[in-house]
Amino acid sequence: MSAAIRREDFIDRVREHFNTLSSYLLSQLNVDEELTINVAAEESLFVRFNSNRVRQNTDVEQIGISVRLQSKGRTVEKSRSLGGNAEADRPALMHLLAQCRDEVAVLPLDPNQVSIENNGTSSEEFRGTLLAAEDVVGAVVSPAAGCDLAGLYAGGIVIRGNCNSKGQRHWFATETFFLDYSIYNGPQAAKGCYAGARWSSAEWKSNLGRTQTLLALLAKPQQDVKPGAYRTYLAPRAFADLLGMLGWGALSAAAWKQGRSPFKKLAENETRLSPLLSIDENFALGLTPRFNDLGEMSATRLPLIEEGALKTLLVSSRTAKEYDLGANGASEGEGPRAMDVKTGALAEADVLQALGTGLYLSNLHYLNWSDPVSARVTGMTRYACFWVEGGEIVGPIRDLRWDESLYSALGSKLMALTTHAEIDPAVDTYYRRALGGSRTPGALIDDFSFTL
Amino acid sequence: MLSISIPHEQALQRALQFTDWAAIRYSSETTTHRMVRNDRPESNESSLEEGAMCEVLVGGHFGYAATADLSLSGLQRAFDRAIATTRATSAHKVHAFTPDQRPRATGTYCSARDRDLDALSVAEITDCLMAASQAMRLSDLLVNRSARAMLVQTQIDYFSSNGSETRQSFNMLDITLAATAAEGLESQTRSWSYTGQFGGEAFDRAIFQENAERIAREALDLLRADNCPSGRMDLVLMPDQMMLQIHESIGHPLELDRILGDERNYAGWSFVKQEDFGHLQYGSPLMNVSFDPGRAHELASYDFDDGGNRATREMLIEYGVLKRGLGSLESQVRSGLPGVANFRSASWNRAPIDRMANINLEPGTSSLDELIGQVEHGVLMRTNRSWSIDDYRNKFQFGCEYGQLIENGVLGKVVRNPNYRGVTVDFWNRLDGVGRAAETHGTAFCGKGEPSQIIRVGHASPPCLFRDVEVFGGLS
Ligand SMILES: [Zn+2]
Repeated sequence: MSAAIRREDFIDRVREHFNTLSSYLLSQLNVDEELTINVAAEESLFVRFNSNRVRQNTDVEQIGISVRLQSKGRTVEKSRSLGGNAEADRPALMHLLAQCRDEVAVLPLDPNQVSIENNGTSSEEFRGTLLAAEDVVGAVVSPAAGCDLAGLYAGGIVIRGNCNSKGQRHWFATETFFLDYSIYNGPQAAKGCYAGARWSSAEWKSNLGRTQTLLALLAKPQQDVKPGAYRTYLAPRAFADLLGMLGWGALSAAAWKQGRSPFKKLAENETRLSPLLSIDENFALGLTPRFNDLGEMSATRLPLIEEGALKTLLVSSRTAKEYDLGANGASEGEGPRAMDVKTGALAEADVLQALGTGLYLSNLHYLNWSDPVSARVTGMTRYACFWVEGGEIVGPIRDLRWDESLYSALGSKLMALTTHAEIDPAVDTYYRRALGGSRTPGALIDDFSFTL
Repeated sequence: MLSISIPHEQALQRALQFTDWAAIRYSSETTTHRMVRNDRPESNESSLEEGAMCEVLVGGHFGYAATADLSLSGLQRAFDRAIATTRATSAHKVHAFTPDQRPRATGTYCSARDRDLDALSVAEITDCLMAASQAMRLSDLLVNRSARAMLVQTQIDYFSSNGSETRQSFNMLDITLAATAAEGLESQTRSWSYTGQFGGEAFDRAIFQENAERIAREALDLLRADNCPSGRMDLVLMPDQMMLQIHESIGHPLELDRILGDERNYAGWSFVKQEDFGHLQYGSPLMNVSFDPGRAHELASYDFDDGGNRATREMLIEYGVLKRGLGSLESQVRSGLPGVANFRSASWNRAPIDRMANINLEPGTSSLDELIGQVEHGVLMRTNRSWSIDDYRNKFQFGCEYGQLIENGVLGKVVRNPNYRGVTVDFWNRLDGVGRAAETHGTAFCGKGEPSQIIRVGHASPPCLFRDVEVFGGLS
């Protein structure tokens, strides 16, 4: 049996299973009960590489279902993994519903509960052409022969579904892969990611070739850069790493109201970011479904920051209820799911000239708020990072620690954004393969602070 | 929690027709999250993750397939997938393994607890969380008062074709109370956590209230406090920050799979080299660090790792000298170095990798007052709030919730936004005092691996004194 046939089977099988189980569960509700049901499923092959060889390979087939019961003003949510067999899974889910009912009987009232509504119906399926499991390793390692390559191939089907007792029904299935990798010359390394829905040997070779070119630049003499403030170019992937912090409380309405937002000053119009900066949630990127866990739909394009001013925070319906705000389809965590950053005027070919003397950073690493009230972030440089003088790459640097406020880096210190932007698909695999990602240009920032 | 019976014998027998060795790791984990915020229920959720990892050895390469279909045909299908993929990948394996990396093991483990978590009612938990939330209501400036509990009940049963049969049952808790005080643009959060292998006995209303009230008061103090001063000075770290210091700058760099390069594309490599074991002066002679899976109530205690290796206490660093790495039997045979039983997976759907477990800094001889008494000018810091370190585990920067100045051997006023930075080996060689009273902490959220895994780790440590460290405060 070919792997391609097996994968198509999985989408159909999970859809049918979800429909059967959810119809049954919804038919068992009492009059004063409302239910939201979510399914998250995947059929994935993970292959981990070290030294262009296989460290571990893991096939994972999983179907997880969650039910949220709202009854008598109380809210209870329970989820479990399912074996995929209707005879076994139906009683397992009825048991879950019974447990929810038991808790409803003893929990206090939930005043911030949002009543369940029918937010409509949607269905999207994206089929891909992936390598058969047996062919993955050969296809990855052959073009990389002679490279010290480390990384992860993940490929297969990812499914999200949602329905509720008001008749709402959403479905999203996609068949994709990514090869998130880095290549090494001793301690020096360059990072790449090849992702898509159709594996092409030619595309993989050219992707690897670009990363090899970057690695070759690291062979120049290593530069000893002292801590200090330097003009710095963040390549798109590095800028995406920096903007990733916006998903860590900065754009969350709940975090703002609860005193936890590093963007309180921005939210209260006490400050603005650079007029060069505009950020949207843009579901047209096609990386993730528009519906959230309650089945609410975000606008296809939702402006978050426009020319440096905050247009809106991400507001979930629960936060909206508690603080009397307008909800905008945000997920419960109120982080961006499909961040799209507007490009600027700096051509890729002019980046080194515009940088003049300073640092060229391909990637950042391990970011964290160091002083949240000041929106200050610390992190490290990682992979291919260079010292540049007079518009020419002089040589690679040793990793540097930096510590900089986003109010500055995205504000008065932001000099230019590039005309080109890169899509950075989510490659998270905690618990399950993630959906989503972002699209960001490169950014030229003046006087970026390096501390160690 | 009861182990369910899965048809492991038949599934293993059939797999052996196609492989040299096979195993099944059944895992069932129920995680319950309950949270009260500002005296209202915020969430009441639970999840059950139940499934089996089918493991095969084909052509000297271990490969895996995970399924939640625990019927014989479900397990057989997973074995078929594992065998087909592993047959195709084994020609490209990093190392030729043998069943020696999966020793025969039999036995059972059960977390120490006075009262099973199953015996705890929803009302009892909610009552403690609500009491904590209410106890934090000292002022309108306390804009967010949260009390959350995560209860984890785990069963891991491991069966292999060479006769292993281990059954381990865990009760674990992670309780966090947090108070945020805000005024104008300023805001400060203070928290208290209680983490480990405990049962229902941990839900003691009085303890919740006492800690809730204390952190609420401390959050208000922080709101009015000056920023932590900047400059080089002595630093006393309390156990709830030592935990993070140990985790990031000892635990991760000693993981043998990192040293072998497996993790280079994700969490990173390590400054520690294979030839450093037995030689490297990692820290001052006061530094003794153990891997201790046998400590009752610490979060990552267990009897067997997920490769059937019996877990024993081992010294990693003695009198400041690096002795042993955190590597499973697979990493040990690849590197030729001694290791520990730390081949652990996050769930039924992930393959085991080298993880930390309980990594503890052994107590010294000083009281806390004696440590403070040795400081002319410095800061004492409590409770981690910010963490960042490079991919070789050298240059770190950590921040804490709560600081107090020390002048001429006396603990003084509270300071906010205390941070410090340093480089790992240089920093540990500045260790000049180790307390005698250890506290046990841990985190349920250590991330690593490809595909990624979140795992639980424990860290016991006394307070410690470090000399001449770069300290700094916030901007606001
Ligand atoms: Zn960790």
